[in-house]
Amino acid sequence: MTTAPQPAPMVKVTIDGQTTEMPKGSTIIQAAKKLGIEIPHFCYHERLSVAGNCRMCLVDLEGAPKPVASCAWPVADNMVVNTQSERTQNARKGVMEFLLINHPLDCPICDQGGECDLQDIAVSYGSDRTRFHEAKRAVADKDLGPLVETVMTRCIHCTRCIRFATEIAGVPEMGATGRGENMQVGTYVEQALASELSGNMIDLCPVGALTSKPYEFTARPWELKHTDSIDVMDALGSHIRIDHRDGKVMRVVPRECNEINEEWLSDAGRFSYDGLANNRLTHPMVRKGKKLTATTWQEAFAVIAEAAKGMRKNRIAGVAGNLLCAEDLYAFDHFMKDTLGTDNVDCRTNGLTIDGKVRAAYIMNTPIAELDKVDAVLLVGCNPRLEVPVLNARLRKGVLKRGMKVASIGAPVDLTYPVQTLGESPKLLDDILEGKHPFADVLREATNGVILVGARAVLTRPDSQQILDKAREVAEMYGFVRPDWNGFNVLHQATGRITGLDMGVYPQKDGYHSGGIAEAVKAGKIDLLVLHGESQRPASDFEGAKFTVFIGTHDSPYAQLADVVLPAAAYTEKAGLWANVEGRVQEGHMAVRPPMEAKEDWKIYRALSEVLGSKLPFDNQTQLRALIAKLNKAYAPENIGKVTRADWKHFGMSGSVREEGLSTSVPAYYLSNEIMRASKVMRDCQDLADARAAQTMKKAS
Amino acid sequence: MSKKKNPYILADADKCFPNLDGKGDWRLEAYRKRGGYEGLKEILQTEPAAIIDKLKASSHRGRGGAGFPTGLKWSFMPKPDGIKPNYLVVNSDESEPGTCKDRDILLNDPHTLVEGIIIGCHTLGAKASYVYVRGEYVDEADQLERAIEEAHNFGYLGEDVLGTGKTFNIYVHRGAGAYICGEETALLESLEGKKGQPRLKPPFPAGYGLYGCPTTINNVETVAQVPPILKKGVEWWTQFGRPNNHGTKIFSVSGMVNKPGNYEAPMSIPLKVLIDEYAGGVVGGWDNLLAVIPGGSSTPILSAEQCQDMLMDFDALRGAGTGLGTAAVIVMNKDTDVLKVMTRISKFYKHESCGQCTPCREGVGWVWRMMERLSNGEGTIDELDQLENVTRRIEGHTICAFADGAMWPVQGTLKHFRPLFEQRIKARNKTKVRKGA
Repeated sequence: MTTAPQPAPMVKVTIDGQTTEMPKGSTIIQAAKKLGIEIPHFCYHERLSVAGNCRMCLVDLEGAPKPVASCAWPVADNMVVNTQSERTQNARKGVMEFLLINHPLDCPICDQGGECDLQDIAVSYGSDRTRFHEAKRAVADKDLGPLVETVMTRCIHCTRCIRFATEIAGVPEMGATGRGENMQVGTYVEQALASELSGNMIDLCPVGALTSKPYEFTARPWELKHTDSIDVMDALGSHIRIDHRDGKVMRVVPRECNEINEEWLSDAGRFSYDGLANNRLTHPMVRKGKKLTATTWQEAFAVIAEAAKGMRKNRIAGVAGNLLCAEDLYAFDHFMKDTLGTDNVDCRTNGLTIDGKVRAAYIMNTPIAELDKVDAVLLVGCNPRLEVPVLNARLRKGVLKRGMKVASIGAPVDLTYPVQTLGESPKLLDDILEGKHPFADVLREATNGVILVGARAVLTRPDSQQILDKAREVAEMYGFVRPDWNGFNVLHQATGRITGLDMGVYPQKDGYHSGGIAEAVKAGKIDLLVLHGESQRPASDFEGAKFTVFIGTHDSPYAQLADVVLPAAAYTEKAGLWANVEGRVQEGHMAVRPPMEAKEDWKIYRALSEVLGSKLPFDNQTQLRALIAKLNKAYAPENIGKVTRADWKHFGMSGSVREEGLSTSVPAYYLSNEIMRASKVMRDCQDLADARAAQTMKKAS
Repeated sequence: MSKKKNPYILADADKCFPNLDGKGDWRLEAYRKRGGYEGLKEILQTEPAAIIDKLKASSHRGRGGAGFPTGLKWSFMPKPDGIKPNYLVVNSDESEPGTCKDRDILLNDPHTLVEGIIIGCHTLGAKASYVYVRGEYVDEADQLERAIEEAHNFGYLGEDVLGTGKTFNIYVHRGAGAYICGEETALLESLEGKKGQPRLKPPFPAGYGLYGCPTTINNVETVAQVPPILKKGVEWWTQFGRPNNHGTKIFSVSGMVNKPGNYEAPMSIPLKVLIDEYAGGVVGGWDNLLAVIPGGSSTPILSAEQCQDMLMDFDALRGAGTGLGTAAVIVMNKDTDVLKVMTRISKFYKHESCGQCTPCREGVGWVWRMMERLSNGEGTIDELDQLENVTRRIEGHTICAFADGAMWPVQGTLKHFRPLFEQRIKARNKTKVRKGA
């Protein structure tokens, strides 16, 4: 039995004549924020530990002999603070002067210009002339890899990046070397950070010391238009803001969302946008002789109609990719099943063996924000660091702040926090079920336990139903499934797969699943193959159909297989609904238009179905969404953006599991989908990761 | 003429550190002959509260620079809760230019410290004590380790000390050569293996110190003076010095004196007596005195005039706008270029700033560079005001007191020697004009 933590007693704080109640243990700056009083600061960040070193937030505390740092000073009852007194103002002006004496005045050529904390606060507290007549300091730049550009002369030593790397990302390589004015921020050894979250340091840097290398010198913040959307590079559904100019995505940055991504974004989500501009399919193409030739939509449709004429329905098949939204998947599914009349349809191109009948069996039933209450975690064939990097940071927070216990069944893996590797074989679940395993005690004592099953490693095995069954039993046996708590979770890497299962994009009767389709293609049993988006399977798996249609965004081996290529829209180019790992359906918005002749995917199916003489039953997105909502209530307008709890039903099949160990490796993480594969930045990241892996191997041998 | 005994000359029996000059033997046997470890068992059987009361009554103040009442500091320590251990940490990172008293204690009378730590641990409920010795003090740390070994062999340390059932251990930790690690919380960070940077306060070490456990940090001299106070009594102690400034104190006299060295003398001794009677007088005679830094390089300088009747204790020096600090008396006579000295001190602080807080990191170097120029007459008279203004913007705006200590000497110099600055600036500008013409 554990008791709920007692709420901290409240104390009365007065700042600039306004009084508020704050829980004991909070700080002056938090009280000020509550009152809407702005206190300038650089080093303070609410998600990082308090450093108290920039001294910009000094305030006048009644009774204190010196101004105190409001970011660090705890509130006390009847405390009176003045943020406008002469002493406060002088302190701020002083700190600003010291920050500026060695800071270069290169704002016109600094990427941070226009969105720089130092620039903004200098307007209020800076002097219009300098008293500093000595030589300014210059600092050698550091090499932090392909993502983060450094201009270390601009560094104001706030140590936010160090604290982020150490506390959140779990890569302690960042630090400060040297003392006093010779103090330098960087990695001890000159090398890129081995983190999937390093881009967040750019957002945290209050000045232009750390800026985005891919975005460098490409745009000024005031030229950019902003569109709020959802990241689809992994299945977390991080809130992002797409910044674009003249119809081109210039950068992607995270938006704050405490329930999902806090304010972090994975490097894949942030830096893969150059893949949106590279290698795109811009026109419908038909194969003429050996060559794909650009043509019109009408002609392309006519070619497909001609080929589909009189085709036997069981010789038609279609597979859908990772990045598609609910609209695309619904339209694809119904185009295949209704218009073409085949059941050979699958979105589970990674070989997933479960279907979408029990939603609780393929999503995270624990809302992401609730992970902050967890005290024990059992990972089963799961590598959250690469599968969902931002989620991994939340797990790390639990380990560091609350002493959360984490154990893993699967190959040993570095998750940046201590993980007890129980072994590799899923047979260990039997021991845990029988209560024999030492970790069973930890699970038994846990108030809020969770089990995380990796979809990639577990649900693609022949014995996946049995493992799933045992995982469910573990969850039920150790009290992870209660009216107020559900700790059974499946972790996916691709948002399109969860959405696809929700949309029923798998054979409903006796059609081929994705592996079956590949075999049938090889055996020459497929006459018409529709490839929508790129697949987890190699393109060669789909070589051999009589007639192949590829609908997608990027030119690739998949497109090269096709007889007709139809250019579609990437996630930044369409409005759509995507379900994330926790089954939360979120709406992404169109930031820019699809390139040239490319169209939104669902529109393509709608038009093509009409040409084929069996029109899909919607004329616009509103109607389409109504159909989707009817299919799955999580997609109803009132549920968008919310977590809808999935009904807990029986799933899995009893039986013994195989001895064979669970893998935790995510091969070519930075090249997980077509956008990432088309991104030069992601390729550089992958090269670096490969080089690092090779080095580790060499050291080990 | 009858020869009257000088009340300021301390008899050997009244000294806390009779072997400070190293003429006798430092070893345990010799220390015992001088009265060391005598009555230790009785003290270890005394209630800690009684010891703290006695220290409070003695009005003993910390010898590390800030002069915080020792009894009061020790009373802040919570009783051990059985979960977290209490620690006594001894600060022997003595790095303040001019200060060298702890060094002689460690070298010549280390058992005074060992005994003090044993009593301190008992009083504070600590089983382990860490002595953080300045990295450059190689021989001194070795000597302390030898003394600790001796004490172990004689049963003063280890388990069941003197049959009292108590456990005390002392661990010597060697610093890596940073001045800032003498700041108590930076010292804790360094001891924990982190970068030596002061911590934010609150929380204070008494509640959250070494490894997050209750910790008291004291200077070597402070700890080593506890046994004599307890053994010889409060009255003996309070016969020296003025109220609130009682006892004896080691003065490290250096600079332009005939006999520089560490001298244990009563508190509130007149500066003139200290220099003349102990340190052999100013080189060139008392009238040749230019200025004195009374308490280590971070305390503001005293002009010759102020030195005439200055008493060397916490309150008197504070009243004169400076401080007793570590009682490191740096004497300058009229052959000294005081501006050059102060510029050098300024450079020292620039070199030793930890770099954590903005005003100190950026400001101390700026101040040194201005000192460097202005002490050579390069610059303008206005810049003297600017220099003063910059020091005020640094002082009191940082996490620890380092920046304050770095600014006080500059402020003191400007207060007493501004005309000298002006003279040099004018002279230099004149030559410039002449050259230009």
